[in-house]
Amino acid sequence: MSDMTSPPKQSFKFSMLLYDSRYRGITIQIFVLVMVLGSLGWLAGNAATNLAALGKPLRFDFLGDTASYDISQRLIDYKSTDSHGRAVLVGLLNTLLVAFMGCVAATILGVIGGVLRLSNNWLVSRLVAVYVEIFRNIPVLLWIFVCMFTITAIAPQPRDFRGDNATASMLLNDSVAVTNRGIYLPEPLFSRPLGDLNLGIFNMSIELLVLLVVLFGGVYAARWNNARANRIQVETGDRPDTTWANVAIIVVPLLAALLAMGFHIGKPELKGFNFKGGVNMSAPLIGLWLGLTLYTTTYIIEAVRSGIQSVSKGQSEAAFALGLRPGRTMSLVILPQALRVIIPQLISQYLNLTKNSSLAVAIGYMDLVSTLGGITLNQTGREMEAILMLMAIYLTISLLISAGMNWYNTRVKLVER
Amino acid sequence: MSDVAVERQIDRSKMQVSKEVAIEIVNMNKWYGQFHVLRDINLTVHKGERIVIAGPSGSGKSTMIRCINRLEEHQQGSIIVDGTELTSDLKNIDKIRSEVGMCFQHFNLFPHLTILENCTLAPIWVRKVPKKEAEETAMHFLEKVKIPDQANKFPGQLSGGQQQRVAIARSLCMKPRIMLFDEPTSALDPEMIKEVLDTMIELAEEGMTMLCVTHEMGFARQVANRVIFMDQGQIVEQNEPEEFFNNPKSERTKLFLSQILGH
Repeated sequence: MSDMTSPPKQSFKFSMLLYDSRYRGITIQIFVLVMVLGSLGWLAGNAATNLAALGKPLRFDFLGDTASYDISQRLIDYKSTDSHGRAVLVGLLNTLLVAFMGCVAATILGVIGGVLRLSNNWLVSRLVAVYVEIFRNIPVLLWIFVCMFTITAIAPQPRDFRGDNATASMLLNDSVAVTNRGIYLPEPLFSRPLGDLNLGIFNMSIELLVLLVVLFGGVYAARWNNARANRIQVETGDRPDTTWANVAIIVVPLLAALLAMGFHIGKPELKGFNFKGGVNMSAPLIGLWLGLTLYTTTYIIEAVRSGIQSVSKGQSEAAFALGLRPGRTMSLVILPQALRVIIPQLISQYLNLTKNSSLAVAIGYMDLVSTLGGITLNQTGREMEAILMLMAIYLTISLLISAGMNWYNTRVKLVER
Repeated sequence: MSDVAVERQIDRSKMQVSKEVAIEIVNMNKWYGQFHVLRDINLTVHKGERIVIAGPSGSGKSTMIRCINRLEEHQQGSIIVDGTELTSDLKNIDKIRSEVGMCFQHFNLFPHLTILENCTLAPIWVRKVPKKEAEETAMHFLEKVKIPDQANKFPGQLSGGQQQRVAIARSLCMKPRIMLFDEPTSALDPEMIKEVLDTMIELAEEGMTMLCVTHEMGFARQVANRVIFMDQGQIVEQNEPEEFFNNPKSERTKLFLSQILGH
């Protein structure tokens, strides 16, 4: 152990704040901070004074006023006599709906595409490459237009389904109607309904609740079954095949619950000028969903490809040399290492897709921007409040997605040192 | 050249070469596209042989031993390992790969798994050994390569020499009958080269059949029973180490030896 000595005392002069490398950085940072806070305060004060002079100080009570506009695509009950606040909620749910559908579809297509991109089959890998290059090098707004206009221009009108000499017909045993106003899907109905549960803001059907509980119970039981298979593998080396048992564990109780509640399918029917009944996916929703999915998929394909390629070839060679088959090599050796490269890119693509969903305003899908930043803003003239709310809501959504994915990322991260 | 293995007394009592054939390569040819990498390779390896393969870089040494467990595909001729012919038949490939162990220049340990998990992965998923038994075997071989105390660390936390010894232990856990080494010491410091070579010598002393691509001529002199010299995809010369080093026949071999032993 070396001797304990104290370092020499430093003298301090004011000129060192500017010319000493230790203090200079801090001085500059404090100066910049004061300038930025000062400018922001000046801007905010100015805006508040001017808005007050215009007679509209920053207030959010317009959200309680009657909205008096209709929204056709919605997840919760809404009518034009409801408040602007409820219209905004409908818009928010529509944004979340299309973002969720887009993320799920883009992830599935992206993983498949990423693996195919690395296929040894020349034709397959080139086809994927061509798809990627075409779709990611054209702005997503154009793809949304293309998807939207494809539906509105090519799909038949509802009246084409009518009469003896109808030019269009419904698909899948008369249960699905593809029209230029959207796609009408069959809806689940229950002959022994359990009623609705009032959750304050919206009603939730108890049938759905029951089905969700049964489904989660089944998944939990299947996980228990997998854990049992793991235990048996640890003890004897042989792993029992759990696939069919798990399918049965999840599906059988679900079928039983459906039967008990008298499940049947309600088909959409042509009444008057349009289809009635069934679940309606409006043309703008489909157009936006397809456009966002096709565009974002290309980035996820590249993320998956780069993730798999980031794992050195030596890893698969070592696994092969030990006798592992290609499938096991992929799942036990390559993918666990590729995920740490894939997930950060996946986070940013999910965020991009969610933010890009605001392009809904271009094709009339009633998302958050079309409601709060569109009709509500125009009717009430509250642009400052509306824009601030929009920014706050998108920021919150993005940070939540980011937090969730980061939590997942730390779980799969490689422990090295 | 480092003659680090010299200091040790080597026990040759168990290094017996039997009559039984372990690997038979007949007229094997391989191309990369138009490039003819391996030409008419004929090689018979008996059980218990320790063969060192030397030659300039690009001469096809690595490619040849990588053909033996089908990391590379050969286009002509036949390779028979332990009575099983290597064809495109997946069953044969699986059988041969589980009997032939291999160590690589860059170790290729799985960085997301602990040392112990690296060693138990293949026995559990390929041999279907119960986990507890696989762990016991793994600890046995980790003790043999003298790193049982690192079992729960990750590969990134170990030195190069330790990683290569883990890689050897990982292969041994599959209880292979033949071991292939592809320049196992080329990425290591001199001190670490010694610890890896010591491990390989111990393996040889237990009678393992070994094919080793290496530039460690000290190891070749002491452990090998045969040295093979390759150049431009062909086996130019093969002989017992004494003969090979003291009395090389071809000009190409003489040049190679003068270059690597010259300083």
